[in-house]
Amino acid sequence: MDMPTPNAAVLARKPELVTRLRAVLPASAVIDAPEEVRAYECDALTAYKCAPLVAVLPRSTKEVSDVMRICHDMGVPVVPRGAGTSLAGGALPTADAVILGVARLREVIEIDYPNRFVRVQSGMTNLSVTGAVEGDGFFYAPDPSSQLACAIAGNIAMNSGGAHCLKYGVTTNNLLGVTMVMADGEIVEIGGAYSDAAGLDLLGLICGSEGQLGVVTEATLRILPKPEGARPVLMGFDSNEVAGACVADIIRAGLNPVAIEFMDRPIIRATEAFAKAGYPDCEALLIIEVEGSAQEMTDQLARIIEIAKRHDPVEIRESQSAEEAARIWLGRKSAFGAMGQMGDYICLDGTIPVGELPTVLRRIGELSEQYGHMVGNVFHAGDGNMHPLILFNANEAGQLESAEALGAEILKLCVDVGGCLTGEHGVGVEKRDLMTHQFTADDLDTQMAVKDVFDPTWILNPSKVFPLAVSDLRRTQA
Amino acid sequence: MSILGAKHPEFAAWEAEICAGVQGGGPFAVHGGGTRRIGLCEGASLSAADATWDYDPGALTLTVAAGVPVEVIDKMLVTERQRIAFEVPDLRGLLGRDGISTIGGIVATNASGPRRVGVGACRDFCLGVGFVDGRGRAIKNGGRVMKNVTGLDLVKLMAGSHGTLGLLTEISLKVQPVPEMAATLIIEGLSEPEAVAAMSAALGTPFDVTGAAHLPAGVGVAARTLIRLEGFESSVAYRMGALQTALAAFGDSAVDWDSVTNDETWSAIRDVARFHGTDGDVWRVSVKPSDAPALVAAVQPEDVLYDWGGGRLWLLTQAGMDVRTKMGAGHATLIRASDGTKRRLGVFHPENAVVAKLSGGLRRKFDPDQKFNRGMMG
Repeated sequence: MDMPTPNAAVLARKPELVTRLRAVLPASAVIDAPEEVRAYECDALTAYKCAPLVAVLPRSTKEVSDVMRICHDMGVPVVPRGAGTSLAGGALPTADAVILGVARLREVIEIDYPNRFVRVQSGMTNLSVTGAVEGDGFFYAPDPSSQLACAIAGNIAMNSGGAHCLKYGVTTNNLLGVTMVMADGEIVEIGGAYSDAAGLDLLGLICGSEGQLGVVTEATLRILPKPEGARPVLMGFDSNEVAGACVADIIRAGLNPVAIEFMDRPIIRATEAFAKAGYPDCEALLIIEVEGSAQEMTDQLARIIEIAKRHDPVEIRESQSAEEAARIWLGRKSAFGAMGQMGDYICLDGTIPVGELPTVLRRIGELSEQYGHMVGNVFHAGDGNMHPLILFNANEAGQLESAEALGAEILKLCVDVGGCLTGEHGVGVEKRDLMTHQFTADDLDTQMAVKDVFDPTWILNPSKVFPLAVSDLRRTQA
Repeated sequence: MSILGAKHPEFAAWEAEICAGVQGGGPFAVHGGGTRRIGLCEGASLSAADATWDYDPGALTLTVAAGVPVEVIDKMLVTERQRIAFEVPDLRGLLGRDGISTIGGIVATNASGPRRVGVGACRDFCLGVGFVDGRGRAIKNGGRVMKNVTGLDLVKLMAGSHGTLGLLTEISLKVQPVPEMAATLIIEGLSEPEAVAAMSAALGTPFDVTGAAHLPAGVGVAARTLIRLEGFESSVAYRMGALQTALAAFGDSAVDWDSVTNDETWSAIRDVARFHGTDGDVWRVSVKPSDAPALVAAVQPEDVLYDWGGGRLWLLTQAGMDVRTKMGAGHATLIRASDGTKRRLGVFHPENAVVAKLSGGLRRKFDPDQKFNRGMMG
């Protein structure tokens, strides 16, 4: 993975930059000592590291604006950072960049139950937004698995999803408005506590823009009343094909489960060894969760089980209590940890049309053998969002490279069957160089033209999303 | 290559022809069936192909040429007991138009009906689009899968852009299974503030409300506040009972369990049937629901329909009145008025300075020579 050569002129002006930043921020908010900026050298894609020039931690929209004005004026690249949980390298610095962290923007600004929204500063964690309203029976729906740590700013930047987005949608479906600081420091209000855009849907454009268009400092989020209850059922099948067909039948029947999670045999075995959830030893497992009153859940599960039975499941396990529900989820929730114990892994995020599931899983199996890396599949089957986990040994020369090459093959396969490179993690640097497999030069030019409008000098996160060769002219001549 | 063009050579050929036409021509008036155009512009007629689609019922996805009529899509979906989720408004009666609504027109105007309050807007169900930009290039964004964050989301940008950024050529939609039944809770005689409070209370329950509207009293007809539930029969029965209990403080309620009258009630709200055959201007307003009654009191319209729990207002006003002078946060679109009034007041809500700069910048990038729907959105 290449990154552009740091701009020597910017590096040389570090003392001036720090002085100017200190003039607008409290002393503790400007971090410039080499040993301290190292804390920001990577996000959750830890294979790539680079210490930034400076890191800043503003506490208000005004301070973010001041930082952007200075960086814009001096031509210093800015890499916005939420909580640093990106799996795609979205917050990976370059040596000539300022890391702009929103971690100190943590206030709840407004809670409005009659109109069902909250307005928060964007450094709040995803789970703390729900925490602010759950006492009154509400929740914030998008639930990425990093929700304990990840920030709303990062959720908006990556348009994060989660296990329950089958019913509730992803971030873009739950975002009503933002306060955003533009590349030149100007502050803009887009949307608000009402539905739909007045003119062009700029909010839809900003959500998922990976820090390319601005820095979101406040967000108005839709909140929903908490369901009366939730209950999962676990079912095992003796082939991926059959499990895939069962998923399609359930969706088609209009049963609207809130989550359909799929685990294949490598993952089942890994999690059993690690968490001992008592899963059946079979080729494919589904965990399907429904919500509602006790009777509604019983009725829905009965319908789901009736459909599943047509596919000869090897086992069906219904939860009758909170303990049993937790046990069903135990293995799924430990899947990443279980794989982590077996070695280093890369987590992919391609999405495919649901009907292509069996074909894609078979092909992943073949590629896994060919490259000599174990691949486990655990994913959101209801919407075709796959998370193949590729095992490798980081201490062995060449292993990361061959695991990445396998990952690239799998992602290209997702695109070739009619899907996409990333369903919820974002492009970042990880999938940047594969973008030309999904998009034509004109497609990418149009996306980059949007960035030209928001960030004419390309100082916001300039080396991400678009392949360097494709963005080269814009980055160097802007 | 477009999504449909990859599999359908006739679509690819049509698309290539349109690209060449756009490169050599203009200005164009981009349109679907002409049933819901609200902005003003002139130019040569330009519309999309109307006979190509790929439907995958097992994945709940439909990719369709933008010119395909909505009624063709509805007929196709119903054979699989599926439907367009966001309840497409038919504005012909309101605007006095003929013609056939196309899916491209729906998406270009981000047109959503009463179910929007529960499930999301048209734009939330758009998975991918193809369009021809002002330089005559065929551009694709999104795709036909439910979750996709690959690159910038131009799908949302194109939805609701009223043909000003390009000609939509194809759309991938997420569709929805038709529920077993629908039922409507009805409370009569509430004042407008009470009705909004009742709708907010209903939307604050976990009972998955998919419609919340209020129709003020008319001559000889009491005001009616309507809350819709949909789903499996046993589930709707349970939730309706629980909802009646939750709303008991607002007075007695009745329930309409009949599928035919439920259809009629919600189609009339969707299509703003209440204003058909009237004179005067029509405004469509998005506000914070609790702000709605005060706005209505300030405007004193000839008539009003509250949809989306009060978050969407349809206002019938005397010709030439400017609703926007009475508004705080939110936005108002002038849906029906004389061309003179539309020119004077503007069809679309004025944008703040930064947003206007960004929107103008995007239009210049997508359509540098202003070939499409020139002047429609500013």
